[in-house]
Amino acid sequence: MPAFASLLCGFIFGTGLVISGMVKTTKVLGFLDILGIGNGTWDPSLIVVMAAGLLVTGIGYALLRPRTPIFAPKSLWPSATDIDRPLITGAALFGIGWGLVGLCPGPAIADLATLSPGVIVFVIAMAVGMAAHDLWQARGARPIEQKLATATDG
Amino acid sequence: MANFTPVSAAIGGALIGLAAVLLMLFTGRIAGISGIAGGLFNPRTDDRLWRLAFIAGLIAAPFAAALIGHAVPMPQMPGSTITIAVAGLLVGFGTRLGNGCTSGHGICGIARLSPRSIAATVVFMAAAIVVVALTHHVIGA
Repeated sequence: MPAFASLLCGFIFGTGLVISGMVKTTKVLGFLDILGIGNGTWDPSLIVVMAAGLLVTGIGYALLRPRTPIFAPKSLWPSATDIDRPLITGAALFGIGWGLVGLCPGPAIADLATLSPGVIVFVIAMAVGMAAHDLWQARGARPIEQKLATATDG
Repeated sequence: MANFTPVSAAIGGALIGLAAVLLMLFTGRIAGISGIAGGLFNPRTDDRLWRLAFIAGLIAAPFAAALIGHAVPMPQMPGSTITIAVAGLLVGFGTRLGNGCTSGHGICGIARLSPRSIAATVVFMAAAIVVVALTHHVIGA
């Protein structure tokens, strides 16, 4: 039952990505290309996607905050608060990769459905990058940064 | 702004928010795609089922759209496989190091008014904007 609920959530999330057009790299790059503001080609759709997503999530999370989830003993709200070097470095590296192709993890995985060879290469590389990070972390390169599962942001 | 699609963007964004809220209601988890997917590649992870189920649902959505006649076209990708691979590595490594991506920080984190997520979102947006400006207007111009 929890797995089915999770499947449903993934499906709704993916449907949101499809309807909003965020599965299209051209749409995302059309937003990131702010120099297009000058010549009228800029596409602010991504801001509207985020605003609508934040409105629904903000209200929903506020209502759920004191509640216990249906299929788990407790909610895993992130607990980390410090703006540290790994956060900023990681976000910068992610942003560079995002800008190079126009794919972030959600749309990249959803776009696997198109069987695009480029997307498949991207997702495999992304998985390698994720695994490489965890391997590097496990080897003690960042002993101070070992975090509890509850401390992750997303 | 000929490409601006505010209505579909608002509907799609609201659905993404709904998915995040329902995932918290059902499983008590943050709907951060990099966190959900990244957990699959860590040998210490002992909760792979809900992660795999979420990802299956995510991939099923474009298939369902195709069934009702709204197939998602193959996204436009850079010609260079090396560029694609480097970008994928950066997205994978960066989202794990920074503990989140567009969904985990940009939606779920900012919705909680988390200073970490606001900072991360500003940084990855700024980095992506600079990269697009360079690749589309300086190098590729």
